[in-house]
Amino acid sequence: MAKFEYAPAPESRAVVDLAPSYGLFINGEFTESQGGSAFKTVNPATEEVLSEVTDASAADVDRAVAAARRAYNGVWGRMSGADRGKYLFRIARILQERAREFAVLETLDNGKPIKESRDVDVPLAAAHFFYHAGWADKLEYAGLGTNPRAHGVVGQVIPWNFPLLMLAWKIAPALATGNTVVLKPAETTPLTALLFADVVQQADLPPGVVNIVTGAGATGQAIVDHPDIDKLAFTGSTGVGKMIARSIAGTRKKATLELGGKAANIIFEDAAIDQAVEGIVNGIFFNQGHVCCAGSRLLVQENIAEDLERRLKRRLQTLRVGDPLDKNTDVGAINSKAQLSRITELTAAGEAEGAERWDNGCELPAKGFWFRPTVFTGVSQGHRIAQEEIFGPVLSVLTFRTPQEAVAKANNTPYGLSAGVWTEKGSRILWMADQLRAGVVWANTFNKFDPTSPFGGYKESGYGREGGRHGLSAYVTTESNG
Amino acid sequence: MPTNQRTATDARVDVRKTYKLYIGGKFPRSESGRSYEVLDGRGRFLANASQGSRKDARDAVVAARAAFPKWAGATAYNRGQVLYRVAEVMEGRRAQFVAEVRASEGLTERRAEAVVNAAIDRWVWYAGWTDKLAQVLGGLNPVAGPYFDISAPEPTGVVGVLAPQRSSLLGLVSVVAPVIASGNTAVVLTSELRPLPAITLSEALATSDVPGGVVNLITGRTAEVAPWIASHRDVNAIDLAGAAEAEGIAWGDLELAAAENLKRVVRPAGEGSDAVEPDWTRTPDMSRMTAFLETKTVWHPKGR
Repeated sequence: MAKFEYAPAPESRAVVDLAPSYGLFINGEFTESQGGSAFKTVNPATEEVLSEVTDASAADVDRAVAAARRAYNGVWGRMSGADRGKYLFRIARILQERAREFAVLETLDNGKPIKESRDVDVPLAAAHFFYHAGWADKLEYAGLGTNPRAHGVVGQVIPWNFPLLMLAWKIAPALATGNTVVLKPAETTPLTALLFADVVQQADLPPGVVNIVTGAGATGQAIVDHPDIDKLAFTGSTGVGKMIARSIAGTRKKATLELGGKAANIIFEDAAIDQAVEGIVNGIFFNQGHVCCAGSRLLVQENIAEDLERRLKRRLQTLRVGDPLDKNTDVGAINSKAQLSRITELTAAGEAEGAERWDNGCELPAKGFWFRPTVFTGVSQGHRIAQEEIFGPVLSVLTFRTPQEAVAKANNTPYGLSAGVWTEKGSRILWMADQLRAGVVWANTFNKFDPTSPFGGYKESGYGREGGRHGLSAYVTTESNG
Repeated sequence: MPTNQRTATDARVDVRKTYKLYIGGKFPRSESGRSYEVLDGRGRFLANASQGSRKDARDAVVAARAAFPKWAGATAYNRGQVLYRVAEVMEGRRAQFVAEVRASEGLTERRAEAVVNAAIDRWVWYAGWTDKLAQVLGGLNPVAGPYFDISAPEPTGVVGVLAPQRSSLLGLVSVVAPVIASGNTAVVLTSELRPLPAITLSEALATSDVPGGVVNLITGRTAEVAPWIASHRDVNAIDLAGAAEAEGIAWGDLELAAAENLKRVVRPAGEGSDAVEPDWTRTPDMSRMTAFLETKTVWHPKGR
């Protein structure tokens, strides 16, 4: 198939003004670390060092929590819901005003294509603040229980796959309900969170309501273990989620955990096949497959498997892999060297265990962290690539004959975050949706997100929901009669 | 239940009951062959109860898992009728429940009656919830795009329940009814020292159209059996209410074990590491139901 040739169409990075180094955003201002060190954050597409950020110490976390507590007791916890809401509306507007800057910075620090950061991450982040702003003075209408009240100080630890968006998912509902926040962005993607501190200042949010501490695992652990944290919200791996659940066992700390997934994307013989192919591509190659709800297990009805695989591979050959800042790029860089090794290791295991490996053969840039869109066929349920979360642009294809078999295979995982169903038969969609043990079911679509729509998993994909009325409930306590 | 009164020579020798476990709709003795003495409020012998073991708990989990798909898949209307039927059957056996609660908890006749009334009414309250939950907790999400997007609650699966230690019947009903109302199945450790009303409740359950395996009741030593339920990989959630005043148990240890497969955990009431048993006579709220529910959200595009 002849490909269109595209001229390079790079987005300008002039809109981003990076400092050589960043401190910690505590009590409304950037401060030096006490006893912490520094580390570099790189552009994963080029390995260019973007800036140096602080590896916050336990003492820094302690300062941040103290600032959040003061802000909660002194200002934010007492403020009317209407006023809290107005601050959140301000933040939403500033994010919209500075959308291009955030999109470029996100792409630089994360490696994701500019068209995704521009069209998905940043607009959705603004939408989350806008949505939750409206809740701030309407909590008694949310049906959460009698007299909903904030927990107090919330510790939040977020991943590197959607840095600004996950920040918005965490901070917007926490603030709308009257909590104050200590947030740690991921080690490899701290820059949009630090730029968000600038938004907080522009919005004149009272000092200490939002505190941003950068760092790695030890900093996160210091937040989790801090005795003056009332609630934790974490998005990341199931392994770390379990560590957090263990850390807070026997305390009165609350937690919401958004963890891993191994979603089945199920294609029936009567599916609209070209739409399904687009859905499969979106399901696993969106954001380089760095998506907890990615459709990483393709379950295809046996009689159409051959045809579907052929169409899928043809489509994957048109994917444009490369410079994330190029507006025509479909698949960007793998976020880090460590993640690239993980993907490499698991795909090697896939081959070693006997699955058939195929990739789209595209050229990859010489520098940076890259992985070709890859498909494994002949995968069986016991294979590691069918069980473990790869978190990369790698699809495992399995087949089924009956709807019952599709359900059994789809649910055969400790995870339960999401699933996809493709069929033109309405009653089958609804039956499948009932049977699938997953928090989000996308029928004839995939990877759709909205602030009004609750997101979160069953089983070892974690607990609690984010978004919608359901997401609010994680940030309030109500009077309980036991 | 035994009367503990020496039968007069001219009176009939009463037929006493053997108190056994309730697993998968059957009444087995503990596979361990063990039993323990149950005393009344004044320390007098009431009965021998089965001392459930790790194996009994595991059997109960298997039964609860097997019963889950059908119970979760039953219509909410059907579950409501079944729960209401439990209230009906209990009402018919009021005298027995009153006598047992009175003996077990050392209450006056009037207090025991009030407790049994409240326990029966609690079933009625939860029976009415089954077909309200989805509308109260779910709904359409107005997403910014051409999609139909709807959220609804679903049961989380098999729930381990440590029943309250003091309130042997009302407390028990208050923690079991909300678990099964929404379609979960339960593995229940009864009050350790006051297990007899629970076993009589299981007889009510067995004759109320509650399918076998939906509620499984194990009597015995809480500290011995609870850790096996807390660490069991096929249990999805655990209610630690009965950790309060249970001998030899730190609820934090059970929560720690529960973290291994990220069980949903309901901590006991109280501050800090203390656990207290709440006042079960207060009108409940939805929290014991929502704790064991998952929200499922389904998207579909709209188009011509």
